Amino acid sequence: MSRIADTFARLRAEGRTGLVTYVTAGDPDAARSAVVLQALDRGGADVLEVGVPFSDPLADGPVIQRASERALRQGATLDSTLGLIEGLRASLRAPIVLFTYFNPVFRMGTAAFIDRARAAGVDGVLVLDLPIEESAAWRSALDAGGLDTILLVSPTTSDARLREAGRLGRGFLYGISRLGVTGVRDAVAADAAPLAERMRRLTPLPVALGFGLSRPEHVAAVGRVADAAVVGSAIVAKIAEWADDADLGARIERHVRWLRGVEAA
Amino acid sequence: MTAGPSVTHIEPRVPPPAFGRRDPDARGYFGPYGGRFVPETLVAPVAALEDAYLEARRDPAFTASLTAALRDYVGRPTPLYEAGRLGETFGLRVFLKREDLAHTGAHKINNALGQALLAKRMGKSRIVAETGAGQHGVATATACAWLGLACVVYMGVDDMARQALNVVRMRLLGAEVRAVDAGSRTLKDAINEAMRDWVATVADTHYLLGSVLGPHPYPLMVREFQSVIGEEARAQVVAVTGGLPAAVVASVGGGSNALGLFDAFVADADVRLVGVEAGGEAIVPGRHAARMAGGHVGVLHGTRTLLLQDDHGNVLPTHSVSAGLDYPAIGPEHAWLAEQGRAEYVHVGDAEALEAFQQLGRLEGLLPALESAHAVAALRALSGSLSQGAAVIVGLSGRGDKDVASVERLLAATAGSPGAEDQNVAHR
Repeated sequence: MSRIADTFARLRAEGRTGLVTYVTAGDPDAARSAVVLQALDRGGADVLEVGVPFSDPLADGPVIQRASERALRQGATLDSTLGLIEGLRASLRAPIVLFTYFNPVFRMGTAAFIDRARAAGVDGVLVLDLPIEESAAWRSALDAGGLDTILLVSPTTSDARLREAGRLGRGFLYGISRLGVTGVRDAVAADAAPLAERMRRLTPLPVALGFGLSRPEHVAAVGRVADAAVVGSAIVAKIAEWADDADLGARIERHVRWLRGVEAA
Repeated sequence: MTAGPSVTHIEPRVPPPAFGRRDPDARGYFGPYGGRFVPETLVAPVAALEDAYLEARRDPAFTASLTAALRDYVGRPTPLYEAGRLGETFGLRVFLKREDLAHTGAHKINNALGQALLAKRMGKSRIVAETGAGQHGVATATACAWLGLACVVYMGVDDMARQALNVVRMRLLGAEVRAVDAGSRTLKDAINEAMRDWVATVADTHYLLGSVLGPHPYPLMVREFQSVIGEEARAQVVAVTGGLPAAVVASVGGGSNALGLFDAFVADADVRLVGVEAGGEAIVPGRHAARMAGGHVGVLHGTRTLLLQDDHGNVLPTHSVSAGLDYPAIGPEHAWLAEQGRAEYVHVGDAEALEAFQQLGRLEGLLPALESAHAVAALRALSGSLSQGAAVIVGLSGRGDKDVASVERLLAATAGSPGAEDQNVAHR
């Protein structure tokens, strides 16, 4: 069983809502990115999504776009992202999902990427712009390399496609709870619950919902219909706000505990 | 050879679009290029667009309404004009396909009307589009006004500055122009932003992509809507010269004007197809937009094609004096035509394009778009490999009014710098 599957099995056994956190690797720089990842893990994030900085993040809103720009300016790449993970893996408890656009991994080459990712201790890979139809060879290679293929589904995904994603995905299924790009919103989208219901009914995989979540009440609300909630832009915005604070790590750790509902703001 | 100017006039009949002539495979691939690399939310809308397009192109009523619009509203067919004085300087018979005379002043209107009619047929009420030089934005704003559709155009702030005239035109036509201040602030970033809009608004919105780029079916659909250029040009050149041209030349940004012109000649193995990319200041990373000269296979904006990128898969900045050619990826079908050896690609630098811009004005009384000036500039090198008096068709994809202010600035800067005759020096 993969580290990701283990995590979701444990969440179900404990009857607890999981928290999946997203941050962009190398933001604001390599050293502080390591501090942030360790803080997220200490704060109790159940899965760490690590974003690969990319020049053209067309599924992301302004918060994550700016994080990508900051990281790229510091020289971050797919290779340095894998290096960051490799250096931290032994000290982290949570499984790691690499979150990337296709071109950087395509440029590195599938075989070379999988070797490097496995060696670095990556558990799963989510490619934003690689839909099922384009990814047959990619998914087999990941399976063979022992890496989970994390698939995204959306309110526009048909029931038939959702079943297909449930069959081909590994680890968990990531539901996009609203149409649009990533970013902080005030409330959980109306599309979220019906999507989660379809995901549960049509697939055997654990369900995580994301896009727009930023507060403990959002996480709790998602927990009523899904196994886990994904918080990305809200954390990335905090990293930007607290980047120059000496206690960046401690603040991020407290923020994660706040999101989980175990600490006051 | 004809000595003076002559205007070719044949019956004003608009040929129907060349639908279904060279379809990609079922997944939208031309050889190894193309496909559909989109975020999950866009998978269903793009598939619905494909279904709607394939259904529309089988419907004679759709073709009839498009053809009528191209005739009565756009003013097609556009002339094939023999540029006698220009031709004499190269020892060639040069025929300009006058897309600059189409309504809105460029070939972009052919595709904008086709897609807007399709969007209306699909029940969409709102259009989003990107624009680089502004010609596609103007064409889209025009088509939306004509059909009563809401219109939002994304444009990089750098392009808004250098193509200010077109920004005013779009606004006068009722479109909302949204400035994109991200990345390189040019066409690439405008496409990113248009896609971000579309992913949130797919229910009522159609993304009216302006070139042979993006996920399937866009490269096919845009080429077929532009195929009228080549259909007309082929009949016109045969009527005037009694045969096919030795070469067909067009500038290539994404590559819609080039594919539209090439399409009718692809099966004619003896006709050379020459695509002209932007050489910018020099063929060094970041200073040009010649994908065939410095690109590697990659995935951007939904399609697998040749892409200017670094060793880590990040897209490189590009440069061209022409906003419409200033883009890091080339249409996937161009990559395939090049790989098969069916089309050849050359590049022309900023300085040569500026020279051709002025040359065409002085010799022919035509101010071309800077994009089109790249195609004209390629004639000099091309003439060395063509026989004396050979017929060549050049795609004059648009008119140059939008570029007049930029050209004036560039010429003033060039005149004021030492070594002005050397483009590599002049622009540093």
